[in-house]
Amino acid sequence: MKFALMVSEGPYTHQCSDTAWHFAKAALEGGHEIFRIFFYHDGVNNGTRFTAPPQDDRHIVNRWSELAAEHGVDLVVCVAAAQRRGILDADEAKRHGKDGDNLAPGFRISGLGQLIEAGIEADRLVQFGD
Amino acid sequence: MGEPTVKKFMYVNRRAPYGTVYSVEGLETALIGAAFEQDVCMAFIDDGVYQLKKDQDTSATGIKNFSPAYRALGDYDVSRLYVERESLEARGLTEGDLMPLTWEDEDDDWAEKPSIRIVDSKQLSDLVAEQDVILNF
Repeated sequence: MKFALMVSEGPYTHQCSDTAWHFAKAALEGGHEIFRIFFYHDGVNNGTRFTAPPQDDRHIVNRWSELAAEHGVDLVVCVAAAQRRGILDADEAKRHGKDGDNLAPGFRISGLGQLIEAGIEADRLVQFGD
Repeated sequence: MGEPTVKKFMYVNRRAPYGTVYSVEGLETALIGAAFEQDVCMAFIDDGVYQLKKDQDTSATGIKNFSPAYRALGDYDVSRLYVERESLEARGLTEGDLMPLTWEDEDDDWAEKPSIRIVDSKQLSDLVAEQDVILNF
């Protein structure tokens, strides 16, 4: 089956990033396809490479990046939600005159149309959040 | 070349318009999604019914009043806004407390028609069961 995932809450504050990651990993190991994972609301905070949790805790952001590297999963951060919350890739940082960019490897920034397209293309869109 | 896929999309809004970001970012999603020529509707339940309250005034809060943007939905052919009757009644609201949102029916000489449809929870439950994609805000 072809799944798309939406992650609606921020990492560490809320379990949804963990649950979504476990779901994605289990789906891939079960031979299913992940068409895309879309990060919205505070979920965009899953995409900052400046995240530095204590060493004895899981690294939620790196875990996503590894999933993208190993399985080619398309990780998309909503541009409007990301800009509000200070998540920027190099192009966005330059455009807004910011002195740094923080998008993690394997993620890309794009529009809400990517979420709608995921709903159209996937067999199931599964939302993780409240 | 096959026919383009048309799925039934429902945007479910169940939170108050202010206090959290879900409502305004949900409306943004519905407005963007309207460009994809899918079979789209919205549902308003629980505190989500407050999103459609008329005469919203946020001037004392420093937060933008985004309620005028709901009027754009009709222009994008999002013409079915289902409001749960039980949620309205539990909050002491009636249809008259809601914004008079409309859309123009091109199959009926562009007649202006109301977008808001009051439904009970059983009808809403049946509508939810029909959907292909549900986005929850």
